[in-house]
Amino acid sequence: MTKNRKMQNSHHGRRRSWTLIAVPYLWLSIFFLLPFLIVLKISFSEQVLSIPPYAPQMDWSAGWDGFKAMVSHWSLDNYLWLTEDELYLSAYLSSLKIAAIATILTLLIGYPMAYSMAKAPKGLQPLLLVMVILPFWTSFLIRVYAWIGILKNEGLLNQFLQMLGVIDEPLIILNTNIAVYIGIVYSYLPFMVLPLYATLEKLDNTLIEASQDLGCPPSKTFWRVTFPLSKPGIIAGCFLVFIPAVGEFVIPDILGGSETLMIGKTLWVEFFSNRDWPLASAVAVVLLVILIIPILLFQRHQRKSGEVLT
Amino acid sequence: MAKKPLGPVRRAFAPWENPEQQPFIEFRNVTKRFGSFVAVDQLSLKIYQREFHALLGGSGCGKTTLMRMLAGFETPTEGQIFLDGQEITRIPPHRRPVNMMFQSYALFPHLNVEKNIAFGLKQDNLPRSDIKRRVDEMLALVKLEAFAKRKPHQLSGGQRQRVALARSLAKRPKVLLLDEPLAALDKKLREETQIELMNLQEELRMTFLIVTHDQEEAMNLADRISVMNSGHILQVATPGEIYEQPVSRYVADFIGDINFFECKVTGCRPQNGGASITLHSEELGNEIKVKAGHPRMIGDAVTFAIRPEKMRISFEKPLDPSLNTIKGEVWDIAYLGDVSIYHIKVSQGHIVRTIVANTTRLVERPISWEDKVWLSFDAEAGVILSQ
Ligand SMILES: Nc1ncnc2c1ncn2[C@@H]1O[C@H](COP(=O)(O)OP(=O)(O)OP(=O)(O)O)[C@@H](O)[C@H]1O
Ligand SMILES: [Mg+2]
Repeated sequence: MTKNRKMQNSHHGRRRSWTLIAVPYLWLSIFFLLPFLIVLKISFSEQVLSIPPYAPQMDWSAGWDGFKAMVSHWSLDNYLWLTEDELYLSAYLSSLKIAAIATILTLLIGYPMAYSMAKAPKGLQPLLLVMVILPFWTSFLIRVYAWIGILKNEGLLNQFLQMLGVIDEPLIILNTNIAVYIGIVYSYLPFMVLPLYATLEKLDNTLIEASQDLGCPPSKTFWRVTFPLSKPGIIAGCFLVFIPAVGEFVIPDILGGSETLMIGKTLWVEFFSNRDWPLASAVAVVLLVILIIPILLFQRHQRKSGEVLT
Repeated sequence: MAKKPLGPVRRAFAPWENPEQQPFIEFRNVTKRFGSFVAVDQLSLKIYQREFHALLGGSGCGKTTLMRMLAGFETPTEGQIFLDGQEITRIPPHRRPVNMMFQSYALFPHLNVEKNIAFGLKQDNLPRSDIKRRVDEMLALVKLEAFAKRKPHQLSGGQRQRVALARSLAKRPKVLLLDEPLAALDKKLREETQIELMNLQEELRMTFLIVTHDQEEAMNLADRISVMNSGHILQVATPGEIYEQPVSRYVADFIGDINFFECKVTGCRPQNGGASITLHSEELGNEIKVKAGHPRMIGDAVTFAIRPEKMRISFEKPLDPSLNTIKGEVWDIAYLGDVSIYHIKVSQGHIVRTIVANTTRLVERPISWEDKVWLSFDAEAGVILSQ
């Protein structure tokens, strides 16, 4: 009798957990997988002058035969083209480099911010959180444009430094990679600070005390306890900054110069200027693969080391 | 039950009786305030080398605060703390030769058992081989050799607690602080660990300060107990003294079960070093003869306190005229296996508790509900407490 009830319960529980899992999967399939499959499909086609500007199209009236006909016209030419022109490879590498450097800079600035937020009096913390999120309340585009006013030759920064007498000639920052770094660090800082704050804030203070009790001065305690235990926050923050930064288009377009080579810009040019949707799609697919590999490797590593970091 | 082996060495260990003896730990007029709240109030306490000292008291009485001041996590608002002749009042925790075993264990979740234990040793820049040897020693001590490579979350509660103990012992601190170390364990494991702790202390010859609010644990483990209440120490004494000669009603009530009677002193005459005092209790409608340590003023209102096991219960009035006797009726019997607690209603409707050992296996108790009985106890069985 009781056994029966138990079985029913677990059955019920299992069904509920399935529906719970199904929601995000459904979400992902509709809003991520489906668009991705469409992009993947376009990347196998070729550019034509028509609307939409690629062929072959699926002939829905022909049904299965139409599908077969479409597949038979697919080719990997676009991917081959990506390997033939060096521009793409260097754009990928340069994007990865810029994103990596910007991520490290964001971490270096974001960590102390998150740390001091977590150490601030409890009553002050909600206010500090709001201040971190506050920039989101104005348009991203406007905020990036505002940096032009700050960074240009006769901009606020140069005027200020010249007024202080630190420099005689204005610093050329705008339209260089430095401006791109500044833009990325500025725009993505909240994405670094928030996960870091979340991990640091719930760090058990008795662990810090235990470390000091065992003879570690505060600085050592930071490196031996606080820092390793904030690893999940660091990893989450770095992913949240690095991944969108690799594909970033707006910031390099507005703040970067001719030297700034980023795959987001390349993609834009292929898509809108050259109207080469298939090639642009191939660029996007390869970008996705490049970004997914480190995530998968990382997850494998996590599972293998068997750590429960939360 | 674990009982301390009262060997000859043990019995001789009483440095607090020697006025020449320097204390190892000393709190001198220490006050700790949080805002306007006084957690520890003008407290002085001396603890001696190799003593096993227990802080006992109700929740919020300041035990943890006192211990955290010794570890260095809190700074006294006033007063001084000395360790081994040195003032340590303002020395930061990482420079104190004191280690603490935290109530929550505070094991580092990112390090395995071995590395948790080695944590403090690494900080001392010991050679690697020394660290390894000490860690192995500690693992053997707490019998966790097989678990060296496990992370804390892969251990049971009892195992975690032993890792925490090993970690706090690894540096051979001058003083080991234990904040309710056994609170999270079940009764059996707790008693086993108590024995282990006592053996450890004997073996390592360290000074132990333990916080507990389990009075049995304190009695079992400690050489001396400090009973605390709202930031004050009410009594510092051996478990035996605390139990048999409590100085106040609070202490008497906190440790073990006890009966109180409000009395008036009606007679007092000196008797070889002490005094022979007669009390009158309205509640009992009885005279009580007491042999006390010092005399009392006639007419004083006092409390007479007597433990349940110090009284005998019988159908007939005992003939011995030196015994105090009280007439009553059995009101309730609580059978606890080894003993039964008899609740006796005495003349004024007052209930007195007394304990009878169940020496026979008879299910029927010879003395039963509503029986008319006599309670009796001798003049040394109870104590007089000021009100
Ligand atoms: N950081 C603090 N800020 C304010 N009040 C505190 C602080 N720490 C302790 N107190 C107060 O000081 C008093 C003593 O606390 P303490 O932790 O020493 O009690 P305790 O004797 O260890 O009690 P328990 O047996 O419940 O652990 C309590 O009333 C507590 O509320
Ligand atoms: Mg406490």
